[in-house]
Amino acid sequence: MPETLIDLQNLNKIFTFTSGIFNSQNRIVHAVQSINLQIWKGETLGLVGESGCGKSTLARLIVGLENPSSGFIFFQGDDISSYDKRAMKIYRRNVQLIFQDPYSSLNPRKSAISMVKEPLIIHRSGNSDERRRQATELMEKVGLSAEQANRYPHEFSGGQRQRIGIARALILQPQLIIADEPVSALDVSVQAQILNLLKDLKQDFGLTYLFISHDLNVIRHMADRVAVMYLGQIVELAENRDIYESPLHPYTQLLLSAVPDCNPRKKRKKVIIKDEIGHGGNRGCNFQDRCPYKLPLCKEQQPVLQEVNKQRFCACHLAGSIRMS
Amino acid sequence: MQPLLEIKDLVTVFNTQRGRINAVDGVSLSLPAGETLGIVGESGCGKTMLALSIMQLIPQNGSIEQGRIFFCGQDLLKLSPEEIRLRRGREIAMIFQEPMTSLNPVFRIGEQIAEAVRLHQNLSSKEARDVSIEQLREVGIPDPERRARDYPHQLSGGMRQRVMIAMAMSCHPKLLLADEPTTALDVTIQAQILDLISTLKEKNNMAVIFITHDLGIVAQTAKYVAVMYAGKIVENSWAERIFTNPVHPYTKGLIDSIPSCSIDPSKDRRKYLKTIPGSVPNLYNLPCGCRFRERCSVAFDQCLREEPPLIEIESGHFVSCWSAQGVGGKKI
Repeated sequence: MPETLIDLQNLNKIFTFTSGIFNSQNRIVHAVQSINLQIWKGETLGLVGESGCGKSTLARLIVGLENPSSGFIFFQGDDISSYDKRAMKIYRRNVQLIFQDPYSSLNPRKSAISMVKEPLIIHRSGNSDERRRQATELMEKVGLSAEQANRYPHEFSGGQRQRIGIARALILQPQLIIADEPVSALDVSVQAQILNLLKDLKQDFGLTYLFISHDLNVIRHMADRVAVMYLGQIVELAENRDIYESPLHPYTQLLLSAVPDCNPRKKRKKVIIKDEIGHGGNRGCNFQDRCPYKLPLCKEQQPVLQEVNKQRFCACHLAGSIRMS
Repeated sequence: MQPLLEIKDLVTVFNTQRGRINAVDGVSLSLPAGETLGIVGESGCGKTMLALSIMQLIPQNGSIEQGRIFFCGQDLLKLSPEEIRLRRGREIAMIFQEPMTSLNPVFRIGEQIAEAVRLHQNLSSKEARDVSIEQLREVGIPDPERRARDYPHQLSGGMRQRVMIAMAMSCHPKLLLADEPTTALDVTIQAQILDLISTLKEKNNMAVIFITHDLGIVAQTAKYVAVMYAGKIVENSWAERIFTNPVHPYTKGLIDSIPSCSIDPSKDRRKYLKTIPGSVPNLYNLPCGCRFRERCSVAFDQCLREEPPLIEIESGHFVSCWSAQGVGGKKI
């Protein structure tokens, strides 16, 4: 069993929105529902799901940008909610985020190198010369030349901006990188360059990735294990090959059947989907409205994520008994 | 047989503060009735401007400089604005990427569809309303009588795109231009919309031009594929041929650079994706000769001197590349 870097235990996040006159209407969104998940040292854990399923909220919880409503996040065995200010600063050094949109996540008034150096200044690491040297070295590593260092974001293309974002996340030598849709804003030919770079960096720096994407093709290429999320819940978690070759959860099966294949001879089967994404929060299984295999039990009881086979987890009452037709 | 749509040497230019650019630079293609053509390319390659040129809806600072667009044998560029307006929406319809920005937020969706119907068909408002409800039913919106009274913000993204399709289909056009219709949607909803478009296409014998950056969608929906790069078509053929036997180095590069669900990364020891070096050239400052030259692995001196024309290398397969045409250099 590999070493566990991050351990999420029964993690919940509930957002409350008030609207109407005198805040009379409350709306509750259960963005992250009882998530139990381990991220192992040195792996790439892929997190896949459709928009609004809570992927980004989970990322923000792990980085500490949001506080969980309940549940625990353990980092190398320590509960991060018990951290004082100093320990939290060290934790933040170790867990870094790469954002989706390289256009809005960079400061337009700062040069590339000053943005890459900034984390070092905040964490009071080294003197000015050392910082400059470290930043230049790292920028070279991610494929930005020394002449480009003093340019401003608008002078870079989308792919190059994402490289700046990556350098900025790596400069503090973190252990865990959370990449939240790092390539979805990029063109196909540039996307491949960034994916290759992320693979190289992982090896060179011994990183662990939580790789979040809605693109099943990208996840297949990058991840060692894959977690599938639906309406705040992890519905399936398994090795890459198991997920793609023999998905257990009906939602995973639905997702995979919906991906258009690049081989024109391999025609996609018509997907039969009853409804658009529901809202969850009702009694029973979150997926019941769209599930073709629904049982009376699914209306009553919410299935929990349980181990079906060795290292294969699935949250479905029917886990293991349905096959992709 | 005469094609439904035939474009010959179309050039669409834009005058901007930074200078003049040819967003569409000498595009020729043809599409038979009832077939689907996929136009693929990266952002900024001119695929949307090509579609807008067909509709003659290009932004004000742009103009169609030269070329011909034959639709049912008639040159659209020779028609008066009034005659174009009669065809737009009735014979050629278009759907866009972001349905929220294409629907009017202050009108009920039923009214918006009825407006399109009344504009082109001589119907009373009651009849137009019935047609709009019928169209909503056709695109799979449950309980259309009630839904017709909804405003756009009350619908989900997938439903809004269905409304857009209902509106586009309301006059039974011969040609549908779909500009990235599923890019803003989730995969499962995308699959539904793609199925819907192909069902409607079959039912009405309608031709579809599908503009997208997603090669998977093209492979699944289109019979013909045109690959665009920096304003030009670089390769054009049957989808089967493009995906199994691509000839242009850019097409090859694009296909190789996509990760795929059907490739097992643990068996396939190809740890890295193949990439196309560099990025799309700036249209204000195009390289001389072939515009793909700087990123091409098989470029030679001829590519520097002269831009390759789009040549039919075998029946129905057009490529614009000197190497593919067997002119000097390395054969690819």
